[in-house]
Amino acid sequence: MTDFLASLPLPYQDWALHALIWLPLAGLLHVVAAPAERARHIAFRWSAAVFVASLGLWWAFDPGPGGFALESSASWIDSWGVRYALGVDGISIFMVLLTTLTTPIAILGAWNYIDKRRKAFYSLMLLLQTGVTGVFLATDIFLFYVFFELTLIPMYFIVGIWGGERRIYAAVKFFLYTAVGSLLMLVAILYMYFASGAESFSYQAFLATELTMREQLWLFAAFALAFGIKVPVFPFHTWLPDAHVEAPTPGSVILASLLLKMGTYGFLRFLLPFFPGAVQHPTVVAIMLALGLIGIVYAAWVAAVQPDAKKLVAYTSVAHMGFVVIGIFALTVNGLQGGLMVMISHGVSTGALFLLLGMMYERRHTRLIEDFGGIGRVAPLFATVFVITALASIGLPGTSGFIGEFLALIGVFETHAVVAVVATTGVIFAAYYMLPMVQRIVFNPLDNPENRAFPDLSRREKVVLGPLVALMIWIGVHPAPFLTRMEPSVGVVLERVEAARVGMGGRAGAMEAVADPDVEGGRFRVDEAPEEEGAGSDEAAAPARGLAARGQTPSGIRAAMHPRWNAALCVAPCPNSWAIRAAARLACTAPRRSRCAPGIVHGLRDAGTEEG
Amino acid sequence: MVLDYSSGFHYLLALLPEVVLACWGMLVLILGVARKGAESRAQEIGWLSVAGLALAAVANGWLYSGVAEAGAGGMVAVDRFRLFANWVLLLAAGLSIIVSLGYVTRQKLQAGEYHALILFATVGTMFMASARDLMVIFLGLELMSIAVYALVGFNRRDRRSAEAGLKYFLLGAFATGFLLFGIALVYGAAGSVNIQSIAEAIRAGTVANALMAPGVALLATGFAFKVAAVPFHMWTPDVYEGAPTPVTAFMATAVKAAAFAAFLRVFVVGLGDLHGQWWAILWWLAAITMVAGNVVALVQANVKRMLAYSSIAHGGYLLVAVVAANDAAIAALLFYLLVYTVMTIGAFAVVVTVGNQTERNNRIDDFAGLGWRRPILGILMTIFLLALAGFPGTAGFIAKYQLLLGAAEAELWVLAVVLVLTTVVSYWYYLRVAWFMWMKEGGAELQASGSGGGSLATHIVLVAGAGLILLAGVFPDAVLDLALGSVEGLRQLAGVSAPAP
Repeated sequence: MTDFLASLPLPYQDWALHALIWLPLAGLLHVVAAPAERARHIAFRWSAAVFVASLGLWWAFDPGPGGFALESSASWIDSWGVRYALGVDGISIFMVLLTTLTTPIAILGAWNYIDKRRKAFYSLMLLLQTGVTGVFLATDIFLFYVFFELTLIPMYFIVGIWGGERRIYAAVKFFLYTAVGSLLMLVAILYMYFASGAESFSYQAFLATELTMREQLWLFAAFALAFGIKVPVFPFHTWLPDAHVEAPTPGSVILASLLLKMGTYGFLRFLLPFFPGAVQHPTVVAIMLALGLIGIVYAAWVAAVQPDAKKLVAYTSVAHMGFVVIGIFALTVNGLQGGLMVMISHGVSTGALFLLLGMMYERRHTRLIEDFGGIGRVAPLFATVFVITALASIGLPGTSGFIGEFLALIGVFETHAVVAVVATTGVIFAAYYMLPMVQRIVFNPLDNPENRAFPDLSRREKVVLGPLVALMIWIGVHPAPFLTRMEPSVGVVLERVEAARVGMGGRAGAMEAVADPDVEGGRFRVDEAPEEEGAGSDEAAAPARGLAARGQTPSGIRAAMHPRWNAALCVAPCPNSWAIRAAARLACTAPRRSRCAPGIVHGLRDAGTEEG
Repeated sequence: MVLDYSSGFHYLLALLPEVVLACWGMLVLILGVARKGAESRAQEIGWLSVAGLALAAVANGWLYSGVAEAGAGGMVAVDRFRLFANWVLLLAAGLSIIVSLGYVTRQKLQAGEYHALILFATVGTMFMASARDLMVIFLGLELMSIAVYALVGFNRRDRRSAEAGLKYFLLGAFATGFLLFGIALVYGAAGSVNIQSIAEAIRAGTVANALMAPGVALLATGFAFKVAAVPFHMWTPDVYEGAPTPVTAFMATAVKAAAFAAFLRVFVVGLGDLHGQWWAILWWLAAITMVAGNVVALVQANVKRMLAYSSIAHGGYLLVAVVAANDAAIAALLFYLLVYTVMTIGAFAVVVTVGNQTERNNRIDDFAGLGWRRPILGILMTIFLLALAGFPGTAGFIAKYQLLLGAAEAELWVLAVVLVLTTVVSYWYYLRVAWFMWMKEGGAELQASGSGGGSLATHIVLVAGAGLILLAGVFPDAVLDLALGSVEGLRQLAGVSAPAP
């Protein structure tokens, strides 16, 4: 396949990234020029074409040592040293593929939902796709910033024009919240630009910038605020439920699947590598982990009492993003990979949930959970998809949600066991808010006569949901292709953090030890890294790095496939296997190894074997 | 060609654009009188004035393309800073006139006088941008101000216009007094009104500080009044709201640009070595102006008045460039003025069109649903608003970014943070217009076709302006280089050292 791509008249590697960004814009022009009733067809075809074009990345991208691949760059604003530079690595490739997949699905999902001003709507959707893809592909900070801001405008109008009753409030809140953060980030970017002295906004130049701890903390604050609002991290999350609830279905899908990821992507891509000192500062780590934890637990509680299904799902986004945040700030390979996997999985499963809720709304014009009941009897296919998606969102073994959350929790457990224990309750809470909703919508008696005429999935809806369900299960059963592609890039990020730790010397270690007296935390990290490195990389190279998930999944799937779909049965294996695995993991690492070496994380495999 | 100012003729050449425009203004005035009564001719006179501006722009281009001056001792400067500013001023005047074509006809204003006054005011603004002598600045200021006083009150049948004219005249005269007193004190301290000589005297340490300090403070007050910096802005909202809308557009752009050009030349070139003494005053002026302008704009229900406050806020951003006073910031000021001119006049032109060439329909409710009824107008207004908000993809962002670059280079981090935070505040009121236009129904009825050819011309100008804003927002290099190139030699010529932050 790789050879085929290279053998195209114009080698795929040369044009792929540019096409992914600019084809949607060409589609926009086409939509504008065409009559309104054709808009949705045209928009769908363009976005589908972009998706097909993006599939090549899967093969064309070679993880290699972890840097950017398919890089290309051209001069743009010479006066400032800004370049139009694109590249893709193991972190961004999944975000890009998620973008190209989600957009056509969202457009197809909006087929009948958007019944007025279609031309404007689909133009904005395509503009949004350009912006989001640009965010994930830009390797020039200025270019990144421009795309980052560019996504605001189409989303503002999508929520504001096609949204629900309080749409203007939600749209403006979304816009202003995000703008505050990103403009402060702009000042921080400028500061780094001058501090680097390189007259360049390239990623490499920013990486090479020497910053004092004080500077790093300030700049970290500015960047973290921008991305934290976008994620959203706990105290800044209030825009999210409003925007989600008011947005039209495709808007919610894009918002949940893609826009939130821009924040966590920013964490991985910029925050960690740029300010490796600040991200290890014990106070910073404590704050970020605490905020992530609060997000997980608090959002779960709030979600549990929502009468509105859409709002409930909106809060689950906050909870899931909390897992990403703690995964990232665990600063271990497991944690980072787990965070990334949660991002992917959340994009797929929450996108599907919003699509399902949109379908329910189209049929019944209500989103209140109490208005439904017994849907499973009249629309079995719909119910099946709904249950699978809900289980993936909870994180049942065998679904995509499990892999991410499990890895993230493992990662956190390695460095902050207490945090991991508390976060694990979030998984239980996830079942606590999600399963009753499933119960009340899909099962329960069919006592509302209006629900008797609830039509099952149409052909279009099957096409919309099919790929998402397939992905949820594929990732859940066989995550290895994803993990192998992201691992080198995640390793690069961590190496940079590690390097700063060595640079900071014993002082940092000591500080960390003081901050977390109950966790072995900082102590072993500083000294043991070198000797273990060899072993670690060997392990990383081993072909079997596909994870314990292998040993893991069968039981998970068995649980998921349980014929009765009984809530209690479904959840029970989850935390149980959790405990077993965590214990096994602890036992097997008793002769303590370096947790910094990339491969060690896959000690998971050991855990799996032991258990098996 | 090298101008040496030993002969009066060379002064005429150095002032060629101003001379051309002044003569043209008189021609327009005479023709206007000759054709009085024939209102259908109003448009012709308008286009004639635009032709005069174009001619002046050509003369400006001739000066730009390689005319040099011998030394920097002349009363007027022939440097790129001035010539760039001239282009901005001519553009502002030209756009204002085109926007007012329909308005003048509809309101039955005397076209000859109206357009001639705009041309004379433009001559005044160009003198301010070119002056290297405090007295020339004063002359230019008076020429500009007197013409604009008359323009503000031009619509005699409208009470608000008359009130605004009187208000502007009284406060303007007061501020002129401050400026003149400041000039006198600086002259007393430095022994000269020539900016170059003042700079040299300061460097030589032969100035009397007891006179200099109050002189500088009074100069700053006078200029702050003209650029509508808080707390010297009290006249702005009322005058901007009461004046005929095209005049408001002219005031918000040309008058402000000229005041900034003179402000910058006096403070950065003439008083550059005293930067350490005056920068704190201007720092506070800039910060307060940004905060107050943006915060008060939040609650305005009238779009014209909102744009007045927004123009105050933009004055605050531009003051940051004066405080920073380095090459990047000066280039930012020039670039910003150019972009600001296009986007502000564009926004006012939409207000004029929505008001059917009258002073009605400029409440924000009147814009409800505009986007869906008149999509092109709605999209254009959205672009102008986003540019005013400084959103990426528009030239407004590039301008603001260059400004931040200048501030960052001078290490004015707090001011930079104030700038971006107040920008977030401004998102609210710019977006509010956008949400009324696109997310609400109802609103004022627009006439199917505007009055006469003025409306078509306005539309063409609007589309071109929006196109330029987007183009310069995506590919800013050409204009940016022009602005950066216009700064070279401005400070070095006067031998002013770079300001210490």
